Amino acid sequence: MKANGLIRTVYGNYWSVAILALILLVLFPLSMDIFRLNLVGKYLTYGFVAIGLVMLWGYAGVLSLGQGVFFGLGGYAMAMFLKLEASDPVSTAIQSTPGIPDFMDWNQLTALPWWWQPFHSLPFALFAVIAVPSLLALIISFAMFKRRVGGVYFAIITQAVALILSVLIIGQQGFTGGVNGITDLKTLLGWDIRSDSARYVLYFANAALLLGAIVLCRLIQQSKLGTLLLAMRDKEDRVRFSGYDVAMFKVFTFCLAAALSAIGGAMFALQVGFMSPSFVGIVPSIEMVIFAAIGGRMSLVGAIYGTLLVNFGKTYFSESFPDLWLFLMAALFIGVVMAFPNGLAGLYESHVKPWLAARRSKATKAAARVAPTAPTHRPTAPASPAAAAGELGLAGKISSQIA
Amino acid sequence: MSNTDFALAVEGLTVSFDGFKAIDDLTLYVDRGELRVVIGPNGAGKTTLLDLICGKTRASSGSIKFKNEEMSELPEHLIVRAGIGRKFQTPSIYENLSVFKNLEVSFPRGRGVIGALGFKCDQVVRDKIDEVAQLIGLADRLDVESGLLSHGQKQWLEIGMLLMQDPELLMLDEPIAGMSARERELTAELLLRICQNRSMIVIEHDMDFVSRIAHKVTVMHQGKILAEGSMAQVQADPKVIDVYLGH
Repeated sequence: MKANGLIRTVYGNYWSVAILALILLVLFPLSMDIFRLNLVGKYLTYGFVAIGLVMLWGYAGVLSLGQGVFFGLGGYAMAMFLKLEASDPVSTAIQSTPGIPDFMDWNQLTALPWWWQPFHSLPFALFAVIAVPSLLALIISFAMFKRRVGGVYFAIITQAVALILSVLIIGQQGFTGGVNGITDLKTLLGWDIRSDSARYVLYFANAALLLGAIVLCRLIQQSKLGTLLLAMRDKEDRVRFSGYDVAMFKVFTFCLAAALSAIGGAMFALQVGFMSPSFVGIVPSIEMVIFAAIGGRMSLVGAIYGTLLVNFGKTYFSESFPDLWLFLMAALFIGVVMAFPNGLAGLYESHVKPWLAARRSKATKAAARVAPTAPTHRPTAPASPAAAAGELGLAGKISSQIA
Repeated sequence: MSNTDFALAVEGLTVSFDGFKAIDDLTLYVDRGELRVVIGPNGAGKTTLLDLICGKTRASSGSIKFKNEEMSELPEHLIVRAGIGRKFQTPSIYENLSVFKNLEVSFPRGRGVIGALGFKCDQVVRDKIDEVAQLIGLADRLDVESGLLSHGQKQWLEIGMLLMQDPELLMLDEPIAGMSARERELTAELLLRICQNRSMIVIEHDMDFVSRIAHKVTVMHQGKILAEGSMAQVQADPKVIDVYLGH
């Protein structure tokens, strides 16, 4: 019965992913035109950041206010490759130095900087999408967590990094495109990424990657590492004095969140066709935290819904009341944190799930009446301690965290 | 310089916080298989001593040798891996996890990032969990969320989490604080059972409990050792009566 319950919980957890997959892969493509779908695709790239934050903030208890850094670095790595492809000598023939990106030409650069050179290669660019942000994350987090810097201090430092990077990108206009970013991205290995068909393909690729990332994160949550993260959040010293190097687990999670954000950034550059410092700094980084908070910081799937909801809201309200949007979003954030700290997923756990369970147990009872010899799998009143724990205690809490 | 036969050899240990010497040139030897109880008035430095041995606090000077290996420079997790387990004063368990998970997480395998990702709860782990759960009397509560346990059961669970690692030196900080008479009785039995094949240091105030479990008693006062010996010797010591038992 216990094993049965466990299997059920595991599969039960994947149900929510299946529903999300259905929405992303079937419902949205059928009900939206390509313009709206592309917009959703853009929102979903923030979803990568949001699930990274679920792992980092929700599970490991480390709040980062600088995830835009990694989103941006991933996006820039991708955009650099695309920009070089768009800057072939023929189409840039009117420049004083043909063959280099247009913004370099405008800034009187006459040759491609050496660190741009490797981005002619797609394999290198894809490698850099993951490697550069992960490496930066490794350096920051190793330096911080080994010294046991945490909590508010860590959040402030990540925020400073976000500020530094956005200032750097804006200041180094000749190398980075400055405040405009890297624009006019056209093709990927000769394939026009601005066409409708490419947008469809990219949307599905993005959604599939996102679902894959959710499954990966869920596997991590279900591993011992996931348990350890929860344990660390609760009693860090106990974990440390059980023989674990607590800092390394935080470093791992921070790098994971960074790599996920970077994938989101790369997909953003591909789908939206540009990358700019406005996705790197403090404000976008905090917005991304809000997505995760509203969706539910313990829930991977919830974070995606949160991201979609806030962004739909943002698009709708910023079209209708452009001046009010920021206030509205702030109010939403404060409201969520005060009223339901576990976000939408928390509301689902506390209100929808008990209702569903009550209905199910009614159905089971009815079935039991028809066939009195059949064992009742899920009694409302827990008959055995194992079922009680599974239903009320642990599974309830943990599954609410990974639902 | 220290004898290799001792499980733990603490020599010349000093730690000062802003000039206040919480532990002052303290020397202490614990034999293999010995159950040592450390007593002393509040502020004597008992908990600080445990903090120093397990690496939570760093010594200003002196050495801590465990099985003749220097511990005072090692990071905490390596001290634990060397075989020193420490129970905190207030029950320090993962309240959101089940008793089973609490014990599982404490099993000493898969302690690195990669190891933890690939960790499987196989028969060896389950057998160990069952064995420990029997020992601490929580065998029928494995699926209970540990936050719902009684205070005494939480204390036992934390001891169980340490036993999962089979430490050669087990340090318990006031294990029976807040327990009922019956729970104290059970804890005494538990400690006597688990001190087979391992050394233990227990900090405790309850004298009946101390005389029941102690092989040897160390009395601390103002960061120093005041007396050491059997319970009877220590209780008869006029210095001890003066600073501690007399009050």
